Amino acid sequence: MSNKILSVRGLSRIHGEKCPLCISSTGPEYDTNICPHCGSVVAAHDVNFDLYRGEILGIIGESGSGKSSTVKMLYFDETPTAGSATFYDAGEQYDMFTLNAAQQRSMRNKRFGMVYQNPHLGLNFQISAGGNIAERLLMSDLKHYGEIRTRAGDLLARTEVARARMDQNPKTFSGGMQQRVQIAKALATQPPLLFLDEVTTGLDLSVQAAILDLILEIQHELGTAMIVVTHDLGVIRLLAGRTLVMKHGRVIESGLTDQILEDPQHAYTQRLVASAL
Amino acid sequence: MNAILTIENYAKTFCLHERNKLIPSASQVNMSVYPGKLTALIGPTGAGKSSVLKGVYRTYLPSAGRILYRTASGEVVDLAQADEHRMLELRKNEIGFVTQFLHCLPRKSALDVVAEPLLARGVTNEEARRRSADLLAQLAVPAHLWNVPPATFSGGEKQRVNLARGLIAQPRLLLLDEPTASLDLATTERVVSHLETLKGSGIAMLAIFHHPDLVQRLADSVIALSPPIAIVEPVEEIA
Repeated sequence: MSNKILSVRGLSRIHGEKCPLCISSTGPEYDTNICPHCGSVVAAHDVNFDLYRGEILGIIGESGSGKSSTVKMLYFDETPTAGSATFYDAGEQYDMFTLNAAQQRSMRNKRFGMVYQNPHLGLNFQISAGGNIAERLLMSDLKHYGEIRTRAGDLLARTEVARARMDQNPKTFSGGMQQRVQIAKALATQPPLLFLDEVTTGLDLSVQAAILDLILEIQHELGTAMIVVTHDLGVIRLLAGRTLVMKHGRVIESGLTDQILEDPQHAYTQRLVASAL
Repeated sequence: MNAILTIENYAKTFCLHERNKLIPSASQVNMSVYPGKLTALIGPTGAGKSSVLKGVYRTYLPSAGRILYRTASGEVVDLAQADEHRMLELRKNEIGFVTQFLHCLPRKSALDVVAEPLLARGVTNEEARRRSADLLAQLAVPAHLWNVPPATFSGGEKQRVNLARGLIAQPRLLLLDEPTASLDLATTERVVSHLETLKGSGIAMLAIFHHPDLVQRLADSVIALSPPIAIVEPVEEIA
């Protein structure tokens, strides 16, 4: 299918020793992701999905469900212990986990973008906001100082950060502004695929709404495919067309987002939806 | 004429794990819907009318039966089984749903709420808003409200915004859940004549109406549903 941008099969990550019983004694039915036999943590096991161009996929779950691990593996922040992911880009397909380190770095810098919950992970707090964006532009082969500066300014303006603050350190910014700078940085190379890990968690409600609106506008303007990781049903409802529900390292159900919210199948999802405010 | 939608033995039962309960909401539903015709669902509250519409739109996962939809390209797809991407594509291009209540962002203007389905199909912002304004005018939503979010609107105004949003993209199959429930007589008349025009243009409709006289006026066929029989045996716990 030409519309596909990412295909994930059997993606798994186990921290620790690993034993033959790790998989059969963890998961939602055992209410844990820690193997009682060897103490290994099954962060994610057998995650499968396809993502289409311009589509927003939500992954919802509580802490320790494996939702962040899943996107971190796809962004090469963490190494999977099993499984594959195929990235379809400009008529080519790439088996992501068989690429060498340099190829992975290049894919990550040019074709993917990541926005973390914690701005310290996504931004360099030693340099200015504009410098952060310039850093990424440099990695993507833009070399001319004036061009870089103009483009960085445009990106900040697009994410509603005043150009005047371009030369200031993001340390001095509010939490919402830091997220905007992260989004500007992630978009710098106009990547076709963006990962968003709890990007509005911990922000004031009005700031959350503005950031989520910005994400939707970007998706509409640029047709960027996104994977949105969150524990917030409201974020899923607003952004995602399809949703995966994770618990204890497993995908327990997946479906169209309105179906997950109105007709959840799994006991855990039913509880989750019933506890919405 | 070929049916655009054929429902065979549709059933929906909710399984509430926490309460260890099965709640049947529709069973043994059979019907066909044709281009340019309106099929009306009637029956008492709890007969499963909305459950049928939501099953067709896949907001509910059907528990049994087949929902055969003939696409614009002539292919027949079982919506009960169709893959999620296929379903999203059909929702975008072919199947519209006017739900009972308007769900929209409290910070989006009525004009933009209505324009949304067109934007999703790639129509330009300007064109989408122009067509949105035309339709809101046709449905008698006062112009001074167009740039205001519908949150503060009256029930009837909200309902017309909701209707406009469902109609604007002219789907091939339109699902309508009580589209005139909170409208006064004059406005109902406008909505009815608009639906008649759409029917005339070949749109197939599956609808639930509050008033029997609307069924009389608009329906080409009527399907009467009765509440499914409650299930008493306990559910086995599934992990």
